[in-house]
Amino acid sequence: MSGQRARIRRRQRTFRWGVVTLVSAFFALPLLGMLDFTTRGPGGVGRSGQTWRTLADFGAVATDYPTLNDGVVTSVGLAVLTVAVMLLLLVPTMTWVRLRVPRAQRLVEFVCLLPLTVPAIVLVVGLSPIYTWLTGWLRYFFGTAISESTLWLSLAYVVLVLPYSYRAIDAGLRSIDVRTLSEAARSLGAGWPTVMWRIILPNLRSAVLSASFLTVALVLGEFTIANLFSRNNLQVAMYLLGKSDAQISVAVGLVSLVFAFLILFAMSFVGSAGQGGALTRRLRSRKESA
Amino acid sequence: MSTVASERATDRGVAVELTDLRRTYGGVHALDGLTLHLAPGEFVALLGPSGCGKTTALRCLAGLEDPDSGTVTVAGKDLTRVPTNKRDMGMVFQAYSLFPHLTARQNVEFGLSLRRGSGAQRRTRAGEMLDLVGLGSQVDKFAHQMSGGQQQRVALARALAIEPQVLLLDEPLSALDAKVRSQLRDEIRRIQLEVGTTTLFVTHDQEEALAVADRVGVMSGGRLEQLAAPHELYASPATAFVADFVGLSNRLAGRVSQGRAEVLGGSVPVLPGSVTEGPAVVLVRPEGVRIERSDDGEATVVSASFLGATGRVVASTPDGETIHVQVANVDVPDYRPGDRVRLTPRGDAALAVHDGSDSMGTPGSK
Repeated sequence: MSGQRARIRRRQRTFRWGVVTLVSAFFALPLLGMLDFTTRGPGGVGRSGQTWRTLADFGAVATDYPTLNDGVVTSVGLAVLTVAVMLLLLVPTMTWVRLRVPRAQRLVEFVCLLPLTVPAIVLVVGLSPIYTWLTGWLRYFFGTAISESTLWLSLAYVVLVLPYSYRAIDAGLRSIDVRTLSEAARSLGAGWPTVMWRIILPNLRSAVLSASFLTVALVLGEFTIANLFSRNNLQVAMYLLGKSDAQISVAVGLVSLVFAFLILFAMSFVGSAGQGGALTRRLRSRKESA
Repeated sequence: MSTVASERATDRGVAVELTDLRRTYGGVHALDGLTLHLAPGEFVALLGPSGCGKTTALRCLAGLEDPDSGTVTVAGKDLTRVPTNKRDMGMVFQAYSLFPHLTARQNVEFGLSLRRGSGAQRRTRAGEMLDLVGLGSQVDKFAHQMSGGQQQRVALARALAIEPQVLLLDEPLSALDAKVRSQLRDEIRRIQLEVGTTTLFVTHDQEEALAVADRVGVMSGGRLEQLAAPHELYASPATAFVADFVGLSNRLAGRVSQGRAEVLGGSVPVLPGSVTEGPAVVLVRPEGVRIERSDDGEATVVSASFLGATGRVVASTPDGETIHVQVANVDVPDYRPGDRVRLTPRGDAALAVHDGSDSMGTPGSK
């Protein structure tokens, strides 16, 4: 009997490892292919580390590949701005809706998930007149330098990341008793900004980090909208570079993929740490009070 | 004992007045003209079944709900439209409300940090308040490291630390087990007497309300049925609802004449507010009925229960009335189902109401 169980366990373990190996290969093979391509010598003969040495010399990259340099800087700026706008928009709104108009939660969820169903080209067509109008006003007030900045793309990216960040923040808000905590803080004399900053946000730490990481990963990988608006970002720069220096382009692609992978890895770590925080605290406090 | 608390014990209380408060939720009157006055330093409990409006009243006083009409006055100032954070009230909630990311001390310091005072003063005050609730050794614990009772004690310390004008307790004991509830209930009363803060305590547990409050207000349908000292509420209920909700009452058919009600073959004086003449339902407490074993008695024992400090015999009359009688716990074995007994009133004053008056439907109802 026990021998049969051991056999079943062995078979299950083998199956699990088989699946893991298969999935790993599926993801790793393209990356290995990219690594192989970027380490080929001149004319595709032999091996050379020249591409990676060039990439490691940031000064040289900035001078020799200005488009790439501009794309990286823009994408990083877009990521930071998008995270900031997304958090400023979503956290207070979702908290307020939960406290004051809970019946509107479904509507807010629907609106936030809507971008999932809207293709990027449709989004661009819809946003185009808004950007034209916005640019006109910005040029009038601040001049061309600000009105023409690619960083305004962050507004479109906020729409793009809404479904993912909504889910992350919603999970965080569900794990705490927002109403009681905010009422307790207010009864002690705290105004709404203090409630948000000192009570709600610290308890949403893991949710906010998850939403931010997802946003960064999405913004760094965004190509369609920037390209359709004829703007330069990391992905557009890589695409353009691919036409003149394919090896550098693929090497940058590999680095950005590994970076995105690291971000997702960090997010899953933060997520589980968060569960070990808010959720476990709640369960423990219930258990101990029972 | 906290020096700060004892210094303030005589001068903390302020008068609180809720006047003609009305609040409607989608056609349901949660508050229907509630008027309630609390004297300075008084401990008033609001008691009532779920949905009677007691929590809405407390939340209107706290500023967490806006009344449709009526006024909230504290220490002579109209606070009706003043936001919660400007009302200077401490509140303990039914749900555990400690900030999960802060320790017990940091929780107590939170309210103080929004006011003037140095960090050292805050720490000292937080330590004093945690000592006051008996948690001086738990200052560095987080909510998840404390039991429910400890969390509510910290919440009480946090509410009192800001030296509020009014202390609001929204069923703070309902999530705790019976023993902890009883201990914390007594502790809340001790602390309230020490600090002298005017306190409004909302509960659906009559034992809790009667045990700790100076006066108890019984609410029903958004209105205050009666506001009186606990013993008065029990001995002289103003309405059938109060008689039924507070303690147990037998609803017995009787007749009122010249200030006395004839019931169970005897007569008892009637309370003010009773029916003045004619047939009535007389609300008699279980301890207001005398029981004797007698072969020619008209009632029959249905059951006899041992309740710890006392005992209870349930008997039925030929008219089909079920009557609860309180007996000494040692006498419980003397009564067996089927025994014939004689029931007579002891003579305590009782409320006589028209048949069909509002009631809670106690086991004694016909």
